[in-house]
Amino acid sequence: MSFSNEQLERYSRHIILKEVGVKGQKKLLNAKVLIIGAGGLGAPCAMYLAATGVGTIGIADADEVDLSNLQRQIIHATEDVGKPKVQSAKETINKMNPDVTVNTYHEFVSSENIMKIIKDYDFIIDGTDNFPAKFLINDACVMAKKPFCHAGIIRFQGQLMTYVPEKGPCYRCVFKEPPPKDAVPTCKQAGVIGAMGGIIGSLQAMEAIKYITGTGELLTGYLLTFNALKMEFRKIKLPKPNGKCAVCGENPSITELIDYEQAECNGV
Amino acid sequence: MKITVAGETKEFNEGLTIAELIRQENIENPDYITVSVNDEFADNENFPSIELHDGDAVEFLYFMGGGSYVIL
Repeated sequence: MSFSNEQLERYSRHIILKEVGVKGQKKLLNAKVLIIGAGGLGAPCAMYLAATGVGTIGIADADEVDLSNLQRQIIHATEDVGKPKVQSAKETINKMNPDVTVNTYHEFVSSENIMKIIKDYDFIIDGTDNFPAKFLINDACVMAKKPFCHAGIIRFQGQLMTYVPEKGPCYRCVFKEPPPKDAVPTCKQAGVIGAMGGIIGSLQAMEAIKYITGTGELLTGYLLTFNALKMEFRKIKLPKPNGKCAVCGENPSITELIDYEQAECNGV
Repeated sequence: MKITVAGETKEFNEGLTIAELIRQENIENPDYITVSVNDEFADNENFPSIELHDGDAVEFLYFMGGGSYVIL
């Protein structure tokens, strides 16, 4: 594959980097990244990966764009309200960069479809907003030996970590299982500052770019936390996997994917 | 004794357990956190019995979704 003049210009600020260069940019153009959730995290992540020139971007999301999404989900615009998020996201990416092929999955991920969806991708971004999906993505990625970047945001706080098979702990090593549905007394809209998705979602894009180009150190074995009120990042070292994890351990008790029930939060 | 909690070193009384530290630090949603002591996970069931020692480093890891919901 050789670059067109337009590509040489478009990616010139990457190509000039010794860590990327022509070789790294080719890797990016040949890479396939799946983003699950085209929301607060997935929107900025998808936009940076598209601008970066990641050649194939998959986007999975069952929802339609809602007016209350637009304060943080910057891949969607006012005119997109009511459209499937995957469609709106694809249109934005197509406008940004013609080098990117976008595959859309207008569905919730579940134990039924996730293995099929992640199969063809090199790296997965967890941009979901609920614990059942987060555990499903983790377990599926462990079972399929796929690297992924987890992130979560709430209010003025965010966190992320990157799982790479056999290189460090998985999400379930840290958080054993989702809070049981009936043990959760209530949950409510807590709010989240729009720019938080931009910060943490962009960091997820950075992890994908580093993984693809083989550059630098990933957040494998670390949880990065960000507190915007204190403007404080902390890179917390995670315990090494002790072989006892229910999914990535030596004798896993979880060998099939689980569809956990989500605590009812809607409308509260 | 001195214990480092989330990167900050503070003075505590001897005999402090993880459960008591969680109370003293006013941790939100204590039922849904993961605790590491000196880079080892502590079992949640044993929070009331695990005593901390001078020089220990404790981290609280919080469940965090991607949207704007919080568990109370």
